[in-house]
Amino acid sequence: MALSHAPLRRLAPQLVILAAVLLLNLAVFPDFFRVEFQNGRLFGGIIDVLNRGAPTAILAIGMTLVIGTRGIDLSVGAVMAIAGACAAKIVTDGHGWGTALAGALLAGGLCGIWNGVLVAWLRIQPIVATLVLMVAGRGIAQLVTEGTILTFLNEGLIRLGSGTILGLPVPVAIWIALGAAMAWGVRRSALGLLIESIGINAAAARLAGINARGLLVCVYLVSGLCAALAGVIVAADIKGADANNAGLWMELDAILAVVIGGNSLLGGRFSIIASLLGALIIQSVNSAILLSGMPPEFNLVIKAVLILAILVIQSPRIGHWIYILRASGGDPAPGRAPRGGAHAKETAR
Amino acid sequence: MIRSTSLPLIVTLVTFVIAYALCASAYPAMLSSRVVANLLTDNAFLGIAAVGMTFVILSGGIDLSVGSVIAFTGVFLAVVLRDTSLHPLAAFALVLALTAGFGAAMGAVIHFLEMPAFIVTLAGMFLARGAAYVLSVDSVPITHEFCDWLQDIYWKAPSGGRFRLAGGVMVAVFLGAILVAHRTRFGQNVYAIGGGARTARLMGVPLARTTIGIYAISGGLSGLAGIVFALYTSAGYSLAAVGVELDAIAAVVIGGTLLTGGSGFVAGTFFGILIMGLIQTYIVFDGTLSSWWTKIVIGALLFTFILLQKGLTWATTIRRRPAAGSPTPS
Repeated sequence: MALSHAPLRRLAPQLVILAAVLLLNLAVFPDFFRVEFQNGRLFGGIIDVLNRGAPTAILAIGMTLVIGTRGIDLSVGAVMAIAGACAAKIVTDGHGWGTALAGALLAGGLCGIWNGVLVAWLRIQPIVATLVLMVAGRGIAQLVTEGTILTFLNEGLIRLGSGTILGLPVPVAIWIALGAAMAWGVRRSALGLLIESIGINAAAARLAGINARGLLVCVYLVSGLCAALAGVIVAADIKGADANNAGLWMELDAILAVVIGGNSLLGGRFSIIASLLGALIIQSVNSAILLSGMPPEFNLVIKAVLILAILVIQSPRIGHWIYILRASGGDPAPGRAPRGGAHAKETAR
Repeated sequence: MIRSTSLPLIVTLVTFVIAYALCASAYPAMLSSRVVANLLTDNAFLGIAAVGMTFVILSGGIDLSVGSVIAFTGVFLAVVLRDTSLHPLAAFALVLALTAGFGAAMGAVIHFLEMPAFIVTLAGMFLARGAAYVLSVDSVPITHEFCDWLQDIYWKAPSGGRFRLAGGVMVAVFLGAILVAHRTRFGQNVYAIGGGARTARLMGVPLARTTIGIYAISGGLSGLAGIVFALYTSAGYSLAAVGVELDAIAAVVIGGTLLTGGSGFVAGTFFGILIMGLIQTYIVFDGTLSSWWTKIVIGALLFTFILLQKGLTWATTIRRRPAAGSPTPS
C-alpha cells in the first residue's frame, strides 16, 4: 500500500504549493483557467504558464540529473546563448531548420561533454568546472553572432518557438514529451538508481562497479543538450539570437526549479517530475505577479520573498523540527523529514 | 623551499609579471603611470567586492548577491542624496550598515537554517536587485558638491598618472583584509571553517559568529564597492553591475584561492584583479579585438588556474598519502 502512494507523497508539497499559486492567479485574474480554442491553437492563462515555463522546464530536466549526482551546471544559460547563436547562424547561412537544430544540439552536446570531462576525469568541483563555460560561453556566443543580434525568418525554426502541434504550443509539447520520456526512462531502468548512487558516494559507486565517469559525462551531456534545446526555443520565439541576453540568469531559475522540487543540492535522490512542478511554480509566480497588475518593479522582491518562504519550509532544519514535533506527538513521521539529520552539518557550509 | 600552499599565489604573481611584460613589449605606453593609475581606479569597485568574496570562498561558501548589492547601494545613495538633505558621509554610513546587516542576515539563514550558501545568496541577489528596482527604475544622477570633491581627490605622479581616491580605498581594503585574514583569530577561524566545518566545530571555532561575520563582511564590502562604483559613475542605476559576482569569483580563483575553501591568500585576489584589468586594457590598446575576447580569455585563464590548483592538490595528496587511493572529491 505504501508503495503505490510513495510517488504522490513525494510530490505532495510541490502539488500543494503549485495549487496555492494557481489559486492566487485565479484570485487576481478570474478568467485564468479558461482555455479557448482559436485559429487551431489553445489560448488561456494556464496554457501561457505552460508555454512560458518551457525553457526553465527543459533546463530543469537536465539540471535535475546533474544535481542528482551531487553536481551543478552553471553553464546552461551560456550554452543556451551558444546554441541559439549557432542555430541562427546556420539558418541565416541558408541551411534548413533541421540542420540548424542539429547544429545547435551538437554545440550544446560538445559543451556538455566539456563540462563532463572536467568533472569526471579532471575531478574538478562541478561549480568551478561549469563556471569556466559560464564566463567564456557568452563570449563564444558573441563570437558566433559577431556581436550582433542575428535575426532570421526561417519558418521551420520559428515554428519550434511559436508553432502548434494539435493545438498545443510546440514548446509545451516538447517539454512535456521530453520530461515524460526522461522520467520514465530513468525510473524504468537502473539508470536513475546509478545516478543517485554517484550522488551519494562517487567512490563507493565506482568500487561497486558502476562506470561513474562515463555516467557523469553522459549526465552533463544531457544537461548540455537540454540547454541547447531550450536555447533554440528561446531564439525561435523571438526570431533572433541575442548572445548577450538569451538565457541570462536561466541557470539560476533552473537550479531554483530543482530546489523547489524538493531535490537536495547534495545529490543522491532526485525526481524529474518534482523539478518540472518546480519550474511550473516559478512560472506561475511570475504570471501571478504580472496578472495582479502590481508595479513591475516589485516582481523581483516578491519572487525573492516567495522563494525564501518555500526554501525555509523545505529547509532540513525546519523538517527536523517538524519531525521531532510529530515524533513527540506520536504521529508517524513524514517521509521527507529525516533528511535533516545526516547531511545537516555539511549543508551549513 | 616553497610551500605548496603559497605556490598558486606565486604562479599568479609570475603570470601577472609575464602578462604585463608581454603587454609592455607590444605597447610600451602601457608602462606609463597613467595606465597603472587607471588600472587601479577602473577596477577599484571590483577589487573591493572581490576581497569580501575571498573571505566567503576561503570559508567554503559563495556569495552571489555581490553585484545586486552594488546596484542597490548606488540607487539607494542616489535616491537618498536626491530626496533628503542627508550629508553624503551619513548616507555612506547608513548604506554600509544596511548592506552589512543584509549580509549578516544571509549568513544567519545559512547557518541556522542549514541551507546551502548558493541558494540563500541567490535569493539575496533577487532581493537586493528587486529592492533597487523598487527605489528607482531609472538611472538617478548623483550631484553633490561633496561627492564631486571626493572624486577630484588624486595624487598626481611625476609622470602624469592620477592616482584617485577609489584606487587608494581598494589598496587600503586589501591591506586591512590581509591583516584580518592572517593576523587575527577571526581570520584563522575562516580558514578553519573552510578546511572543514565539522572539524572546525570540534576545534571550538564559533561557527555561528564566524559564518555571520563572513557574510556581513562580504555584504559590507559590497556596499563599499557600491559607494565607489556610484561615485565612479556619478549615478545609481538598478541594472548596473550585473554579473560582477562572477568577475569577483573569477578574480579570486585566478588569485589562487581554492574554491573548496581553506586555502588561499587575499593578496592573490589583488593580482587576480590586476590580471583581469590588464586583459581589458590590452584589448583597448589593441583596438582591433572585440570586447567578447575579454570573456573568452578570462574563461581560459580560469580554466588554466583551476587545472593548476588541481595538479597541486593532487601532487600534495600523493606525497602525504603514498599508499592511499584516489582522494575523494568534496
